[in-house]
Amino acid sequence: MMNSARVVITGLGAVTPLGLTVSDTWAALCAGKCGIDKITAFDPVGFSCKLAGQVPDYKIRDYVPKTFRKAVKLMSRDIELAIIAANEALTDSGLITKGIDPENINVNPERIAINLGAGLISCDLVELAPAVAASINDGKFDIHKWGKEGLEMVTPLWLLKYLPNMLACHIGIIHDIQGPSNSITCAETSAHLAIAEAVQVISRGASDIALAGGAEAKVNPIVMIRQCLLKRATDQNNDEPASACRPFDADAKGSVFGEAAGIVILENLENAEKRSAKILAEVVGIGQSNNINPKYEHLEPDGKGIEIAIKKAMADAQIGPEDLDLVIPHGTGIPADDLAEAKAIKAALGEAATRTCVWPTKSMLSNNGAASGAVDVIAAVCAMADGKIPPAKNCDRRAGGCDLNISDKLQEKKIRYALSCSYTYGGQTAAVILKNFDSEMVD
Amino acid sequence: MAENGTTERVVITGMGIVCPLGHDVESLWQAILTGKSGVAKTTIFDASTFPTTFDAEVKDYDFTQYTNNPNLHQHSNRGSGFVIGATAQACKQAGIDVETIEPTDGIERSRLGIYLGAGEGSVDNDVFFAAIVEAWDPDKNEMDWGKWAQVAFGRMDPMCELEQEPNMPAAHIAMLTGARGPTRSCLTACAASTQAAGEATMLIRRGDADIMIAGGAHSMIHPLGLMGFNRLTALSTRNESPQTASRPFSATRDGFVLGEGAAILILESLSSAKKRGVEILAEVIGYGSSSDAFRITDMHEEGRGAAQAMMAALTDAGISYKDIDYINTHGTSTAENDSIETKAIKAVFKEEAKNTPASSVKSMLGHLIGAAGAAELITCVLAIRDNIMPPTMNLMDPDPELDLDYVPHKPRKCQVDIAMNESFGFGGQNNVVIIKRFS
Repeated sequence: MMNSARVVITGLGAVTPLGLTVSDTWAALCAGKCGIDKITAFDPVGFSCKLAGQVPDYKIRDYVPKTFRKAVKLMSRDIELAIIAANEALTDSGLITKGIDPENINVNPERIAINLGAGLISCDLVELAPAVAASINDGKFDIHKWGKEGLEMVTPLWLLKYLPNMLACHIGIIHDIQGPSNSITCAETSAHLAIAEAVQVISRGASDIALAGGAEAKVNPIVMIRQCLLKRATDQNNDEPASACRPFDADAKGSVFGEAAGIVILENLENAEKRSAKILAEVVGIGQSNNINPKYEHLEPDGKGIEIAIKKAMADAQIGPEDLDLVIPHGTGIPADDLAEAKAIKAALGEAATRTCVWPTKSMLSNNGAASGAVDVIAAVCAMADGKIPPAKNCDRRAGGCDLNISDKLQEKKIRYALSCSYTYGGQTAAVILKNFDSEMVD
Repeated sequence: MAENGTTERVVITGMGIVCPLGHDVESLWQAILTGKSGVAKTTIFDASTFPTTFDAEVKDYDFTQYTNNPNLHQHSNRGSGFVIGATAQACKQAGIDVETIEPTDGIERSRLGIYLGAGEGSVDNDVFFAAIVEAWDPDKNEMDWGKWAQVAFGRMDPMCELEQEPNMPAAHIAMLTGARGPTRSCLTACAASTQAAGEATMLIRRGDADIMIAGGAHSMIHPLGLMGFNRLTALSTRNESPQTASRPFSATRDGFVLGEGAAILILESLSSAKKRGVEILAEVIGYGSSSDAFRITDMHEEGRGAAQAMMAALTDAGISYKDIDYINTHGTSTAENDSIETKAIKAVFKEEAKNTPASSVKSMLGHLIGAAGAAELITCVLAIRDNIMPPTMNLMDPDPELDLDYVPHKPRKCQVDIAMNESFGFGGQNNVVIIKRFS
């Protein structure tokens, strides 16, 4: 990379439909479990897709320092998930912030950055409904009543719950993070781009440490209805949740959406070595581009924007396709998009694509929007650490053109380099390449 | 990095804007130099019963004049519509072909990126509210989701729903320009497009792109947006005098004025600009970002985060506060911001604080939220070009506590070589960019 500083990963935190911690999620992935089930957050009667990936129950107050508990009422679910993942990632890294233990802080707050991907946080309709109901005139919504009676019934700080930058702001306050702060809002490619930017913030010397990743809670009626209307969500298999999301499979009918948070601690290598931190992987390659498609709810048919991002990431990492031992694709289960992505992976990897192991995760984790790239990066780090690639689910009969090397068996494998990539409606694409830090030692 | 191993210098080679003070850069500048206001009674929807009944709107604007493919962009939300015009203008000035299958501008599309600070689009208000009205059971205090889904499926347009995503303005720019380089969109509230310009500069310095289309697009002028800001009591309620409502640094300031628009700057490596022989409007020399880590609802009392961002930008530029000729403040006209920003400027500029002119164009333009920083950065470029500092209008009641040189009442002819642009977002994300006359 054209960096002045090398950047490594020293901590992981994840909240997913498969668990409230990285270890729970990873164990479930290795066991081939599926985190997709019937929606319980609201009654999905009348929705074409009644499935989602929902995270297990938690109490947010358990994750927030006493001094900050008043702020809990300002938190949308997206913010809560991010806070839980940030706690785990910091604890995992051995960094002690104000939020972890104010008596034993071992970091300089001005030298920590935060960069989180966030989604379009949709408001809680049930919270808003009484105000709307108070604004009815003659059976219809009346803007005059809304501006007066309705408005006064909405909680004063309502707006602050739904601003996408609030994930980074709440975490910044809890842990006293005073360095560069950003909130990337590029839908399903947000987390990859946030990680990419945080790596660049560290490499240019603007911080020593960064919390990076993303969070999104998509199990909300408005978010779900959008995905249904766009026909991105599957309308099949509502009675068989575990087999509903089928990336690259001939029977795929669409994606299943969910909620998650993934946060990694990125650190200047020198800084990590100085404090003898456990180094999990090095971020060695970043590529970014755009899909350009008049039908911008989908990928362009040849996936050109992903191909460019993967090629740029390999050039940045100064490696060739044969060096990649694992590719975690975006793999949503939307047939047209999976086909385009498969074409892009094959075009970028060339002949090596027949051998490189491709492991789509959304059949188990669901499509977690702005969190998905970070959760995939974390899964790749776990795969490197354990030397194994979990079984792929629901990719039983490959769709035409999707002839990637996907295995339904758990594979033991030493992973030197892993690639995780994503794209989103609207076009943005990203690819991140991780290097196994152990092989570095061997080299 | 440049081929010789040094970091690339980054220059500005194009600008475009669609905002309440005009639909192009020169109209904006003429309005500012004559102290015009873009503020008036709200017309986008009927806001007559809201606590605030006025705003700063983009009026009589039609994006289709900027595209040969209006159908491609037909579902655009207001922000995307504005950004199409701003991008087309900026690209024209910088010699970047738009809507050309085989561009002849010599720009490799994988080296042309996009970085926006862009906001979400409005919900589809009629359906949004109608679905709730239909489905809410006030006796049981619960929603009948089956009824809600029926209205939503029947009346919501899939593409209009998609267009509410904050990454959509960037998508429209990509379709317009064919850009295949690094593309990001951020939403750090009121600081978003200053951050976008700053991070885009960093991508060029690293060598990841030769040219970045950078800026912002946003409109929160809709029933939920106005409600949200009114509930926060962040907006001025001076309904009897909209044009004097935005009065940054004035003792009688009572909140900001909600605006909308899009502003785009073409940022380019110096080597690319020289190779293409395009006019260089200014150089971006410094960028700093910080977080307050204080409170969700308030800025840090001493302006610690704001000062840190200014210091970081000065350090990045390798200059001293003494070198800054002009500060384009965040200057929102809220009691809190203007007072704390003044403190932060004093902390950074020390003995020079009172001698460094610091004005707020929000007094005329209103607050463009996500698009504010980029619009204001454009006024910094124009200040350097013409050696004129934009005024702070409506400063008729000076606040005794706020004693900087805010360039009150009228523009000031004065040498401007280096300008600092400040933006601070709700929640405590702060961004500062410094630009310099190119030489």
